[in-house]
Amino acid sequence: MAQEMSVRDAYGNTLVELGRESENIVVLDADLSRSTMTHLFAKEFPDRFFDCGIAEQNMMGIAAGLAASGKTVFASTFAIFATARCYDQVRVSIAQSHQNVKIVATHSGITVGEDGFSHHAIEDLALMCSFPGFTVIVPADAVETSQAVRAAAATHGPFYIRLTRPKTSLVYNENYRFVLGKAVTMRGGEDASVIAIGIMVDRALQAADTLAREGIELRVVNMSTLKPIDEQAIVKAAEETGAILTAEEHLQHGGLGSIVAQVVAKHHPVPMAFLNIRDIYSSSGKPEELLERHGLTATGIVEEVRSLVSRKP
Amino acid sequence: MLSSKRGLKKKPELAPSVPHSAAEGASSNEMEQARSTEEMREKAKKLRRHVITMTAKAGSGHPGGSLSAAELVTALFFRVLRHDPQNPRWPDRDRFVLSKGHAAPLLYAALAESGYFPIAELLTLRQLGSRMQGHTDMITTPGVEMSAGALGQGLSFGIGTALAARLDGRDYRVYVLLGDGECDEGQVWEAAMAAAHFKLDNLVAIIDRNRQQIDGWCCDVMDTEPFPEKWRSFGWHTIEVDGHDLVQIITALGEAKKIEGKPTAIIAHTTKGKGVSFMENNPHFHGTAPTPEEAERALKELE
Repeated sequence: MAQEMSVRDAYGNTLVELGRESENIVVLDADLSRSTMTHLFAKEFPDRFFDCGIAEQNMMGIAAGLAASGKTVFASTFAIFATARCYDQVRVSIAQSHQNVKIVATHSGITVGEDGFSHHAIEDLALMCSFPGFTVIVPADAVETSQAVRAAAATHGPFYIRLTRPKTSLVYNENYRFVLGKAVTMRGGEDASVIAIGIMVDRALQAADTLAREGIELRVVNMSTLKPIDEQAIVKAAEETGAILTAEEHLQHGGLGSIVAQVVAKHHPVPMAFLNIRDIYSSSGKPEELLERHGLTATGIVEEVRSLVSRKP
Repeated sequence: MLSSKRGLKKKPELAPSVPHSAAEGASSNEMEQARSTEEMREKAKKLRRHVITMTAKAGSGHPGGSLSAAELVTALFFRVLRHDPQNPRWPDRDRFVLSKGHAAPLLYAALAESGYFPIAELLTLRQLGSRMQGHTDMITTPGVEMSAGALGQGLSFGIGTALAARLDGRDYRVYVLLGDGECDEGQVWEAAMAAAHFKLDNLVAIIDRNRQQIDGWCCDVMDTEPFPEKWRSFGWHTIEVDGHDLVQIITALGEAKKIEGKPTAIIAHTTKGKGVSFMENNPHFHGTAPTPEEAERALKELE
């Protein structure tokens, strides 16, 4: 079993480091600072932290005003409130004017678990990828989270970084170097590719082990920068493996699957399959139970790949 | 006439631009003020004429809410604001945030009259390729602080700029112009709470209380009374003025500069469509441009 680490801890600790390196970093939260871990920054830099209360729309506007005045602003809350709750505020106040606001949202997806459907952000990637000029990142583990947060701070413009509540398995060691907009081939293979994001990257690696025992060599690609998408890596996977599966903890419309399919259809059509949450809301349950129910498991990937490979011409 | 640039100081002397009781005495200073107030009245009329010609030429737009706020914008741009049209992004400028983004024609008129861009450009309002966008666009238009048009967002943005001033030790002030219909939006009250919570005495909300919104009178569509009491209870120093009386407006803005520890709300009682008899209190002209004939009649009234 791989070592597990909290992506939220990684975020909170990286924010503190960034705060020490630059006085220009300002952090906002909406009454969830102990969950998003921005409270670590608040403790060390109380003058540069503003708790906006349970008022996410106002928080996004404040973030825009601070950014328009030259600040690098991190704004955090749960993913469902950071996106669906204030879509228009992000659109009008942040996206169109390309403000230097980094929305780092935790508790995304169905792994929020027991809180139930109201807290399951499973449409957030569709919403955030719809904004022209936004950069959208879904880190696969704590190591990548830390580096993605640093990349966001160093790059002007609006970002959405999607984090989860539970600890996740480490898929990288400290030698890893995140490059914005570049997919990472985690494991080579010529029979099919799985392009995965977030918690599905670790599951894809497990699936590849299982499939290798059956003689199927699965390429595993971590597409952590969802926007702008690494078209080259997708086309290469299509050309070299002839079949692509996408895997994401997100609704089927508008997320990773939709984006990859556009690239494949345009440049190099091959058989595709899509592992995601079908057109349905989820419900309360333990994270692993919910992932099982929606097939977002290593086994789910194995089954999809077997079927996909059989469809190759 | 633009305010001179003040040096960067923590606590500058912020004397009000006109005496609190302008009628008392008759010093040469006061006579000068009276003369310049007359000039400003002319300026407000000029802005109104621009609004009429711009929207008539465009064939669409929102003249009513531009006409109601003409004195408010005149007082700010030609008396109160510290700004430099040659350097629109000057870090120490006072910020004017137009939250009611549909009053864009009025803002463009004030910016052009201040020298941010040629007056002739006003006539390109709403045309393809124009810098005079239908609603404000901070990327496109020099002097526009915020992209707006979806109502209710400007006060939040203003809080961000006011907090930045505090963090950076800058003494600029932030003025946000809202519509009263706009105050139906819940975000306005989220921001009202936050501005008081953060004790932002460098922030002023000016509410153009013209009492009309698209569907009719505010009190019929969505009654927000008791309106001043709402702002007071949210922790704002609240002043009511006649929004067409330049002396009252300037006096209130001067008073706001002296308030410490809380933001100021200036509720400006105005008339929608002010200055043109057939547009006054007529909700039709909230979002409908005058026809060429109507524009001609309007301009006659504004001579």
